[in-house]
Amino acid sequence: MSEVTATPAKPAAKPAAPAAHGAAKPVAAAKMTPEMSAIVAKFGGAVEAAQYEGLLVTDHSKFIEIATYVRDVLKYNQLTNNTATDYIKDGVIEVVNQFTRVPQGGAPLTIKLRVPRPSGNDKTQPVPSLCPLYPGAEFQERETYDMYGVVFEGNPDLRRILMWEGFNGWPLRKDWKEAYYEGDTKPFESRWPGGDHKLAEERVPWEDNVNYPPGFDPFAFKPHPDGDIYDSMLAPSDGTVSIDNGHGVAPTLIEGLNASEMAELKTDEIIVNMGPQHPSTHGVLRMVVKLDGEKVTDLKLALGYLHRNHEKIGERNTWLHNIPYTDRLDYITGIYNEWGYVLGVERMMGLKTTDRVEYLRVITGELTRLASHFWAIGFLLNDLGAFFTPALYFITERDLIIDLLEAVTGSRMMCNYMRFGGVSRDFTSAQWAMARELAFERLPRTIDELDHFLTENEILKARSIGTGYMSADRCIAHSLTGPCLRAAGIGYDVRRADPYGFYDRFDFNIPVLYNGDVYDRYLVRVQEMRESLKIIQQALNQAETQSKVGDIQGGKKAYNHRVPAGQCYARVETPKGELGYYLVSDGNQNPYKYHIRSCSYINLNSMKEMAVGQKVADSVVILGSLDIVLGEVDR
Amino acid sequence: MGIIGSGILTGLGVTLRHFVETYIEDFKYMGKKAGVQPRMLRRQSPKAHGIVTVEYPMEKLPVPENFRYIPFLVKDDKTNEDRCTSCGICAKVCPPQCIWIARTEDPVTKRPVPAPKDFFIDSTICMNCGYCAEFCPFDAIKMNTDYEIAYYPETEHDMRLVYDKQRLSKSESFHWDIHPSVKAAELEAKAADEAKAKAAAEAAAKKAAADAAKKVAPAPAAAPVAPTAPAASAAPAPAAGGAAAAARAAAAARAAAAAKK
Repeated sequence: MSEVTATPAKPAAKPAAPAAHGAAKPVAAAKMTPEMSAIVAKFGGAVEAAQYEGLLVTDHSKFIEIATYVRDVLKYNQLTNNTATDYIKDGVIEVVNQFTRVPQGGAPLTIKLRVPRPSGNDKTQPVPSLCPLYPGAEFQERETYDMYGVVFEGNPDLRRILMWEGFNGWPLRKDWKEAYYEGDTKPFESRWPGGDHKLAEERVPWEDNVNYPPGFDPFAFKPHPDGDIYDSMLAPSDGTVSIDNGHGVAPTLIEGLNASEMAELKTDEIIVNMGPQHPSTHGVLRMVVKLDGEKVTDLKLALGYLHRNHEKIGERNTWLHNIPYTDRLDYITGIYNEWGYVLGVERMMGLKTTDRVEYLRVITGELTRLASHFWAIGFLLNDLGAFFTPALYFITERDLIIDLLEAVTGSRMMCNYMRFGGVSRDFTSAQWAMARELAFERLPRTIDELDHFLTENEILKARSIGTGYMSADRCIAHSLTGPCLRAAGIGYDVRRADPYGFYDRFDFNIPVLYNGDVYDRYLVRVQEMRESLKIIQQALNQAETQSKVGDIQGGKKAYNHRVPAGQCYARVETPKGELGYYLVSDGNQNPYKYHIRSCSYINLNSMKEMAVGQKVADSVVILGSLDIVLGEVDR
Repeated sequence: MGIIGSGILTGLGVTLRHFVETYIEDFKYMGKKAGVQPRMLRRQSPKAHGIVTVEYPMEKLPVPENFRYIPFLVKDDKTNEDRCTSCGICAKVCPPQCIWIARTEDPVTKRPVPAPKDFFIDSTICMNCGYCAEFCPFDAIKMNTDYEIAYYPETEHDMRLVYDKQRLSKSESFHWDIHPSVKAAELEAKAADEAKAKAAAEAAAKKAAADAAKKVAPAPAAAPVAPTAPAASAAPAPAAGGAAAAARAAAAARAAAAAKK
């Protein structure tokens, strides 16, 4: 809760002196926590309190030293979030890092860096990369580079990740304008001035919607060799794998053959593109795998096929407009995405919610967790070869859940249910009865059936036990969160680590297993579904004892919220992991910065290490066990 | 860990049970006509066993009342006028900005009249979020539940997906049919508004009569102008529909006051 440092909404009753009116409003400096004081005490001249929250490293050469201190002495062992903000008026781009303690939890520690804003489309001057200390920084830094042109010195693979290689410009910089630019902020003056209607695709015809650098010929374009995904993979290797992830170093032996016989089996090295249109990649994801025979020796991911610059759209939108857009991130768990966002805005605005609202949020949120886990297990089984029989059984159950959500919210997946300080609708008595029937009768029975159906299945076990292993330390270092982290023996769950909502009122466990393989990830999900049911049952029972319903829509129906200037990093535990929203407000109707710490995206960071050394068929299973949704990965 | 293969056999038992249950459900409903509501609803309820699918489009599930699709405008049944006052709140709260309203001007005074001249919704960019219906202070825009709006384009620039006022306007009774739970509340609010407007009109008439009695030669054009309600003054108030117009004006003034707060 303590990560909000907003300027007070209303000034003190005493009128300010006229001189103070004219001057720029002084920005509140961050509140110092003991950890921040320790850093300032140790690195005196190199850090200072940043505006709103966290520390600002003024001497970049000390940054790695400070990060090492943060990791090894202060035990902030996970880099949760890395992004940047473009303060165009101040002429700086601010790189923001948030560190957390896993599994202890607590409020994250924010450390910022500022680089001068370069002119035009130039890249910034380099800042030190966190990759050597936190391998989980790789994808996040690449995204920051892609969106802001911030160069991270020391990142092993600093290429564009969401945009294509020839893209001109840095999309999240404030002076970058999209094709068919209409205005900086919504509501736009007039969408159709003069009543002249054109359909959206006619407004921006193909060819006019791309912006080439001067002198660029798209037909003569060849990607720069440094930027090419295959470049580093083409070097021939001897079939051994350089990453030590516990199973990758020795060449795999085929049963019954010794090493010399293996050597006679001449395997070829080939590079295979899996995806982007492939049923096993759960959407438009491309895995470039280098194979030696059947063994994966290198793997790279090509992302961004579903990229729509959600964060730029978010900055154009008003605060309220963003709620339905968050549904489109991880579209399996729309309600939970909204929850993270409204949680951040509520903290910045200092809004209070009623008990009823919190119960409704928990009930609908946990229902989507169940739906998501049903979906995840069903499609993991698809990847394991049980083609669609288990998936369809679980989709039936998920369908009942989204039938209920549809009746309550009005839409099956794009629920648009949360409001600032409230929710859009209450349950009717019939819907409440259906929720009870699901929570107390139907779903416990079907989860038992699921367990009975699959858990002891020999094929499932043979395929998944030992597959995709990653040790607990590596999971933390790779910023892995969610069921995959808990399957590696780390009981880290934001619902307990940095509590929000009413989760402190319920009796539930955080399931933890210790083998860190695909089978344990499956088991953790099954157990989490039982815990979710426990939470829903308690929430339904407790909400019934509340006599006062009160206002559930968050006060009067305001649509032009003004959020006090400040910033906030709000996070929730979605079924996939830690979903964070880093929001910056400058006091206007629109977010100044709207960044999503997307758990699906960051979990993919560890895909390479899990898959290298395994069979290519297992890489599909590993991807299934990570449970990604491309709507959230590509944003 | 039992005998090798027992896990698979248990799993096969589960699939067998699902298979058999499908036919048990079929036998239960055998005598009755296929596609009837009870069978379909049971298949979709938490009590369902076996087969759970519905043969769309031969069988159609009823949509819940809250279900939201492309919005429509509500027309007053009596006056056949839109409830909309073209205040533009829906266009402001629309996240993808798909609403555009052409405002009406009084031909003589050039002042805005609280009724839309035209009203466009581009359903190709509408995200069905329901904000317009939720934030409309007049209950003038509601979400439709008709989800079958696909068609084959007839020309290259077929604009049927951009709805204009004529196609958006639906009767009040249509709105109440698909949203039965709001009917009572809306009728009550409407009756209260009308009573208020009637009282106001009566008071104005009394005042005008008194004024006329006072003055020897009254100016007829100035008589209906009520200084307290500027929105109403723009519209002439003939006997028929006058109360409704006054009600709309009163509602507009109320909403304007609410917006100021």
